[in-house]
Amino acid sequence: MNFVKRYLLPRLIIYFLVIFIGITTVFIIPRLLPTDPVLQTITRLRAQGAYMDPESTQRTIETLQELFGLKGSLSDQYVKFWQRLFKGDFGPSFFQFPTPVMTLIKQSLPWTAALLLTTTLVSWLLGNILGGFAGYFSSRRWGKILDYFAMVIRPMPYYILALGLLILFAYVFPIFPLGGGYTIGMRLTWSWNTFLTLLRHAFLPALSLLLIGIFVWFQAMKLVVQSVKTDDFVKYAEIGGIKSNKIARKYVIKNAMLPQITGLALSLGQIFSGALITEMVFSYPGLGTLLYNSIFTGDYNLLMGITAISILVVTTSILVIDLLYPLFDPRVRYK
Amino acid sequence: MKVLKDLLRDGKFAFGFFVLIFLIFLAFLSFFSPYDPYRWNVVPRDTPPSWSHILGTTSRGQDVFWELCFAVRNSLAMSLIAGVFSRIIAILVGMVAGYRGGMADRFLMFLSDSFLVLPLFLIIVLIGSMAKARLSLVSLGLLLGVFGWAWDARVIRSQVLSLRERDFTYTSLLSGARTMSLIFKEYMPFLTPLVFATFIGNVSWAIGMEITLAILNVFRIEIPSLGTMLQWALNYQALLLGYWWWIGTPVVTSVMLFIALYLLSISISEYLDPRMRVQRIGKA
Repeated sequence: MNFVKRYLLPRLIIYFLVIFIGITTVFIIPRLLPTDPVLQTITRLRAQGAYMDPESTQRTIETLQELFGLKGSLSDQYVKFWQRLFKGDFGPSFFQFPTPVMTLIKQSLPWTAALLLTTTLVSWLLGNILGGFAGYFSSRRWGKILDYFAMVIRPMPYYILALGLLILFAYVFPIFPLGGGYTIGMRLTWSWNTFLTLLRHAFLPALSLLLIGIFVWFQAMKLVVQSVKTDDFVKYAEIGGIKSNKIARKYVIKNAMLPQITGLALSLGQIFSGALITEMVFSYPGLGTLLYNSIFTGDYNLLMGITAISILVVTTSILVIDLLYPLFDPRVRYK
Repeated sequence: MKVLKDLLRDGKFAFGFFVLIFLIFLAFLSFFSPYDPYRWNVVPRDTPPSWSHILGTTSRGQDVFWELCFAVRNSLAMSLIAGVFSRIIAILVGMVAGYRGGMADRFLMFLSDSFLVLPLFLIIVLIGSMAKARLSLVSLGLLLGVFGWAWDARVIRSQVLSLRERDFTYTSLLSGARTMSLIFKEYMPFLTPLVFATFIGNVSWAIGMEITLAILNVFRIEIPSLGTMLQWALNYQALLLGYWWWIGTPVVTSVMLFIALYLLSISISEYLDPRMRVQRIGKA
């Protein structure tokens, strides 16, 4: 009972408050900016050569206002906005007009989820293991070599790294496809062949994400380990004659892991923004590509829908990790 | 000055420092540019590097070297605005939260938590894509500043929390020092290195953000910056046409800039952390 009151409840309250603030921001931003999406749409229609008499213009404006949720006073709009949100309705996309935003997101979410969740988790694991050992045995040669690699790869803008990989492995040495998630015209069936094709297409984007991810975790872990390893209990274990491999695994890495778990939660938050550049460079058919198109075509409904959903997903994943945290850290459990 | 001398003995710091000095020199050169960066077709198009145009020219008829000078100047200026502005917010929030504690602390930390959790990148893109034509260098810097303070405020807060419990705080309070003078005279010297280290990280983040926004086409493309330079080169298919000097220049410059800033920040934080310093001396 104490656990619920002390640990669960405050986190749940913060969870809902953050979602509230995030969604409210998504609601307010477009309304603060001096651009009017309704007017813009009409200007675009006119620019495409559509003739409209004043009466039908008026009707178009009203319909558009209805669709954008721009009808009525600000507070009315706000209430409507939440009502629609609970029903999972973000209105239609402008670019692919009558298709609801929700359908588009549902189509592309699995691609992004599969690619980014896997790479985030794998790079977290690998980076922490490598960083943990490199930090503990900091005088070994392989650790130093990894360190130099990290020093060059880590600060590189992700976009440039991804572009470099694409040029190298798809253009100079055409081993992997130039882009896309599957071969054009292919039907997705449950077969070995389909699986291989999907894997071949996902390889380069995954590699680029892994490279950056592993080295980011590597360095963070190395820093933590270097400060943990000077702690008294490690000295004690060393004097006690415990094998250094065991000290590294059981004493140092286990303790240094704790801040990294929080880091994992925060990095899950970067998944959606990470997807944007990856999928743009490799033209992978996920949420990022959808987002990119929505930015280019000024598809505010779609943009707002994706932002709102990513806020929900990110905060929820952080809440889940936060709730799992007592499993890893006995100090939190017994408080 | 002595600190600088100490730091320069570290190879990482020396490298970062000289690269940065060189780039700042380029930025100053832009004031003596013979060409206007906003005008097209002032030089022959698509010529590879030669003596008259050291880094070649672009398909827009601009000199790559002089465009680079402007780009470096604008990118640095924008990121400095972002860095300074977010530092001001971070220091204020960190100090108030750490020193006041209680409700103020809880509220401010909740705010910074929400900033950490929310997909800020998407929100920045959302704002950027809606205000596309109006976003100037200064307003982009301010926008990035508004979003870049959350983590650093936490770092400063935790430092203030530990400073508050030290004896000199009580000594100065009991001898009648005002809160403001305590904070600025007594705490600031402890916080300055921390602020400086986070400042570098933030500047680097802002430059990367600008490049990303420019490539996504949500920043004004006519303003020369590292991002827009790359975007123009990509737009004109410089890669496929083999104009390596055009696309290579912003790529190499920004990679160098990022590595330099990164090395500076790790070198400074190693210098600040006595434990790391001991390990480094032990190794050498």
